[in-house]
Amino acid sequence: MPSPKPLQLEPLTTEISRTPFQNALRRFRRHRSARAGMFVLGILTLAAIFAPLIAPYDPIKPLRDVKRRSSPCIYILGCPGDQSQHIFGTDGNQRDLFSRVVYGARLSLTIGVATVTFAIVIGVVLGALAGYSGGWSDNLIMRIMDVLLAFPSLILAIAIVAVLGPGLANALLAISFVSIPIYARLVRASVLQVKEQDFVSASRALGASPMGILNRHVLPNALTPLIVAATLGIASAILDAAALSFLGLGAAPPTPEWGLMLGEERNSLFNAPHLVFFPGTFIMITVLAFNLLGDGLRDALDPRLAN
Amino acid sequence: MAQFLIRRFLLTLPVLFGITFVTFALARILPGDPCFAALGEKATAQQCEDYNERMGFNDPIMVQFVHYMGDVMQGDFGVSTKDGRTVQQIVIQRLPMTIEIAIGATIFSTTVGILLGMISAVRRNTLLDVGTMIGANIGISMPVFWLGLMLAYLFAIIFKDTPFWLPPSGRLSSGITIAPLAETFNMGELSGSWGVLVDFASHSVLFNALITGNFVVFKDAVRHLILPCIAVGTIPLAIIARMTRSSMLEVLGLDFIRTARAKGLTNNKVIFKHVMRNAMLPIVTIIGLSVGGLLSGAILTETVFALPGMGTQLLSAILSRDYAVVQAFTVIIAVIFVFVNLIVDLSYGFLDPRVRMQ
Repeated sequence: MPSPKPLQLEPLTTEISRTPFQNALRRFRRHRSARAGMFVLGILTLAAIFAPLIAPYDPIKPLRDVKRRSSPCIYILGCPGDQSQHIFGTDGNQRDLFSRVVYGARLSLTIGVATVTFAIVIGVVLGALAGYSGGWSDNLIMRIMDVLLAFPSLILAIAIVAVLGPGLANALLAISFVSIPIYARLVRASVLQVKEQDFVSASRALGASPMGILNRHVLPNALTPLIVAATLGIASAILDAAALSFLGLGAAPPTPEWGLMLGEERNSLFNAPHLVFFPGTFIMITVLAFNLLGDGLRDALDPRLAN
Repeated sequence: MAQFLIRRFLLTLPVLFGITFVTFALARILPGDPCFAALGEKATAQQCEDYNERMGFNDPIMVQFVHYMGDVMQGDFGVSTKDGRTVQQIVIQRLPMTIEIAIGATIFSTTVGILLGMISAVRRNTLLDVGTMIGANIGISMPVFWLGLMLAYLFAIIFKDTPFWLPPSGRLSSGITIAPLAETFNMGELSGSWGVLVDFASHSVLFNALITGNFVVFKDAVRHLILPCIAVGTIPLAIIARMTRSSMLEVLGLDFIRTARAKGLTNNKVIFKHVMRNAMLPIVTIIGLSVGGLLSGAILTETVFALPGMGTQLLSAILSRDYAVVQAFTVIIAVIFVFVNLIVDLSYGFLDPRVRMQ
């Protein structure tokens, strides 16, 4: 049983006036997990941009004089000097796994950002249309969104890929498509919230066009939940894309995609576990970083939700 | 109460309608002529015309949809183009495995998740709480298939020759088999719905072994299910633990909890009778929603552990362009998901009387 807290008086302070943005920035900077997420994402982004400089070998061309699926060999950890150094080992096609993992960061980050951007654009249009027009078009759009949400997202994505045919582009399209309802719902909710407020009526009375009202008043109000949902959405898009590639429905060999790398080598798990361990670890780290960042952004941008 | 149940049930009908419509539409926008997909590239124009007429592809699209809906409601999903069996037979054979994994993973994730969340909330800001929440964050970020592979490596290779050893693949060890229920109980040739039901139950090895008292098979089947269930259940576990913690913390700060403590109730009574009962709604909601991830996870995990369930079948169906199977499996999984969430919604009525009154 916790003892009752002693009565404490708040010290008297004078508030320095800050803009809401400055406040959010302060909260974000103080958020420990958000900082960790930012830090990891920074490193991953740098790795993605400078992949050709970081990767010691070509990610796609098989190397000569290298054994297949050899374990990691690191000089400072006692790897004999007459062998070439492969810090993550080599894969089944005599390629340097570390180089492939570094190039994989490029692909995964692009995949995450691209799919979510596409889904947001469509989601914003649909959500704004539904919320702003109301009536039957609202009903129609939102019932379709309900039906899409009734499928487990990965299952629907798999079904769509089954129809379009396996391939990275189709997988990304499918993942984007199944996440549209999340953003459409968010935007619609904030449109409904803002639509009836006095300042919106005022600007309508002043002759603002619906598009102008949408851009000036509605979307800025929807921005906070959108940013948070997008960050968390990137995390799940990366996971889903890796899952589709793992199943052989996404990226095709020899693309250095983490999920595919894992899927290709899953049968050699028992003699070369490093080939499964490293790509998976990087998927996890990337997804974790986006999740932490998303949590931090939510707490910083929307203090009402923070506990 | 009855009114509440009926109204809630009626609300799912449009969604079920939508699900069948989406899967129908997906199959119709398939690139290529369905005739060539079924009869092969060498089919003549006349053969195609006959085929289209027989399958009803010449009817108006709405007529086709109505026929399709009628078939689906009777459990008729057509014939697999790959091996000529009806899709219904394939589902009867494959679905029990996936359901076993899903139920096992649900039990694992809810019990451990709620327990960890409760401990975290009660011991807030202690090392235990921080550790659990860091673990939960890592848990929701893990790819299911990777976790499955890592568990297989850990328990099959590293724990080899220890009592912790667990089989890395398959449903039963080689040499262990179990007879169908109809054979064990001499039911003869059953037909109709009863036959389907008995057949379905026999393919659930766990259920079959339990009801026939075959504990050798039961134990072996359970040992094969432990790793897949942990792999599938970890993400929901993390989500449930986080939700339990935040939901409990919210209730813990309310006035009536202070009152409950002030009137001298023991800590256990406060936690279980006052806090948990009020914190339960969001937890139950998140459990229902995580069933979607669980079903997707089961599909991924089956491929990792080579289990003969819906997932492995779905994958081979996609690769061999067997669309009848893909379509049927998508509908069935979505319908299961909808019904689980319907049950969750209905449980609100039992958990919180206020919901019933609305």
